[in-house]
Amino acid sequence: MNNTLSFDYIVPGDDFTRAGEASSDVKHKLKQIGYDPDAIRRVAIAMYEGEINMVIHAGGGKAHVEISPEKIEMILADHGPGIRDIDLAMREGYSTAPDKVRALGFGAGMGMSNMKKCSDTMEIDTKVGKGTTLRMTVLAKKKQ
Amino acid sequence: MTVQELAEKLSLKVLAGRESLDREVTGGYTGDLLSWVMSRLPENAAWFTVMGNINAVAVASLKDAACIVLTDSAPFDEEALEKARQLDFPVLLSEQNSYELGLKVAELLR
Repeated sequence: MNNTLSFDYIVPGDDFTRAGEASSDVKHKLKQIGYDPDAIRRVAIAMYEGEINMVIHAGGGKAHVEISPEKIEMILADHGPGIRDIDLAMREGYSTAPDKVRALGFGAGMGMSNMKKCSDTMEIDTKVGKGTTLRMTVLAKKKQ
Repeated sequence: MTVQELAEKLSLKVLAGRESLDREVTGGYTGDLLSWVMSRLPENAAWFTVMGNINAVAVASLKDAACIVLTDSAPFDEEALEKARQLDFPVLLSEQNSYELGLKVAELLR
């Protein structure tokens, strides 16, 4: 028996009017299923931040989400510039967002750390000049 | 307290989400940096901000805030208004600043 639901999204680049649509849709679906509210909250934050990062930095990308009773997996893949220094990118307050993006309220340098905090596992596969693939898992049971 | 009551008591103008004014307000939060707010905005909070763009609507809705209260007469984008209407998410407007309104909400929720 296969209890896994999977969904795919295209995240458009540089389109801030549509940023957040994928995470919003995933949140809506999880609510409909009646998923654990804390897991929904963490998925919504982690995925929104990932989506926004792809819009700001990578010219968009793709999101793949798998929902099973035990966990939610999110794979966000882009062909953007890659992350030069992951440790630095993970640091709260560090941001490379351009000024026009900061004017929209982004660039607090919290995105990556928000993703890390909200997910139970997070793997970053990045190559400078090639792109980034981010895998995050949120377990249905609350992270301790 | 409902969003409707909040709007009446603080003399807020309703810009969007008229059908959702019965949402419960259990607290407040202020902040304008979206990632910061994304990680800290409590559920059912009235969020006081000057950030009136579509992404603010996305953050508030994803976090299940009770409403957005635009303070200091901050502008609300056309596309943000469109999004808020589509989600029927309450967005309110005030001439007062976030600090003044926060004080009043704290008093009302005491």
